[in-house]
Amino acid sequence: MRVGVLALQGDVREHVSALIACGVYPTAIRRPQELDAVEALIIPGGESTTIAHLAKSFELFNPIKMRIASGMPVYGSCAGMILLADNILDAMDGQEVFGGLDITVRRNAFGRQVDSFESDIAFADGSDVALRAVFIRAPWVEKVGTGIEVLAQIDSHPVAVRSSTILATSFHPELTGDHRIHRYFIEEVARGALKQVQ
Amino acid sequence: MAHETGTGRVKRGMAEMLKGGVIMDVVNAEQAKIAEDAGAVAVMALERVPADIRAQGGVARMSDPDMIEKIKAAVTIPVMAKARIGHFVEAQVLQSLGVDYIDESEVLTPADYKNHIDKWGFTVPFVCGATNLGEALRRINEGAAMIRSKGEAGTGDVSNAMQHMREINGEIRRLSSLREDELYVAAKELQAPYELVKEVAEKGKLPVVLFTAGGIATPADAALMMSMGADGVFIGSGIFKSGNPAQRAAACVRATTFWDDPKVIADASRGLGEAMVGINVADLPAPHRLAERGW
Repeated sequence: MRVGVLALQGDVREHVSALIACGVYPTAIRRPQELDAVEALIIPGGESTTIAHLAKSFELFNPIKMRIASGMPVYGSCAGMILLADNILDAMDGQEVFGGLDITVRRNAFGRQVDSFESDIAFADGSDVALRAVFIRAPWVEKVGTGIEVLAQIDSHPVAVRSSTILATSFHPELTGDHRIHRYFIEEVARGALKQVQ
Repeated sequence: MAHETGTGRVKRGMAEMLKGGVIMDVVNAEQAKIAEDAGAVAVMALERVPADIRAQGGVARMSDPDMIEKIKAAVTIPVMAKARIGHFVEAQVLQSLGVDYIDESEVLTPADYKNHIDKWGFTVPFVCGATNLGEALRRINEGAAMIRSKGEAGTGDVSNAMQHMREINGEIRRLSSLREDELYVAAKELQAPYELVKEVAEKGKLPVVLFTAGGIATPADAALMMSMGADGVFIGSGIFKSGNPAQRAAACVRATTFWDDPKVIADASRGLGEAMVGINVADLPAPHRLAERGW
């Protein structure tokens, strides 16, 4: 499977390492022709406003939006979740996102950096083992639309959700060395979605 | 389930999210908005940019809390602020104001010429300046969660930032080439804790994110620093002391992402108007060199 990591800004390197640990050798995506060459995409943690700004400057914004709309499997962590949400609260004026996931996300929902935290959470991948989740100025999901499955919650706020082709987490599995989420994306989301296309 | 705040992973992780980005000095809410619109990953709220601190002299201190509040209200991106070296009460005040990162900065007048702030006791993460690897590791040992090269702030002269990046990365490369039994002496020579020296030798990199700062004024300067191995760039006086701040800010953001593509940097550099005037570091008398503050 050819997987790309959007490499405009953010913790690209950590997602690349996590994918390699899962046996997938990803490509860094900064240009439209690089996007054309991949079947699935990861949008890393970073600043959602900066990533959107750069995607617009380098003519990647609409191509990504269109690929997502046409069913390319995507996973987004933190800023990536914001960029994949159809609706955002507490956004910057005029902030634009790729969308595709029928959810409403609140930016910086847990507070500022002094409120950033880590915690053990339950993740619905069939395992009973708790997952260490790192939340950094993280968003949460305020509302989910139809066809959205909630995979993890904290304090009754969804923090991991999926549709048939899109996975999004408020937290950063790329920072912990536990690759369950990346494996879940590749095995359960991307592989399934790509098989259906073929 | 328990929320553990202020852990090493949360503090260092915050800096990971800033990678590949530009952090811009701003002195008011309007500038902060311009920076955010231009694609800055964070803003540094301060009373005077380094070029003005240099020109006006006097004691430079933490910013006015009202000003920080206004900047926080104006933007959705992280807001950083500077505290004086060793001034732990300024740092406590900044933490209580909810800033997202504190820069214990040589640009302000030091409050303590011997000790830096003990940064482990804070929930908010700290970034500190360094001119070489030993200094970087001493700051990390005190709890810094992010390092930046010092450069020579407020000059628009990139030569010191260049020297500091070469110094830090050169020493890391040297450590990686040593035998394990040579690391004890290396730690002594670097005046840094052995455990951190060993970790750097094994990983071939700092255990925290390394940005660059001090004298960066053009898109090409930003790209130069990225190609020297910086994870991202601080731009102080370079943007708001130039002819067209909004355009120059956006140009620096683009050049930081495409640091390895001269065509993009050339395009970003077109029509920016005047860069900040600048001062040659070599013409600065030694007592006015900020990079020499801190140890």
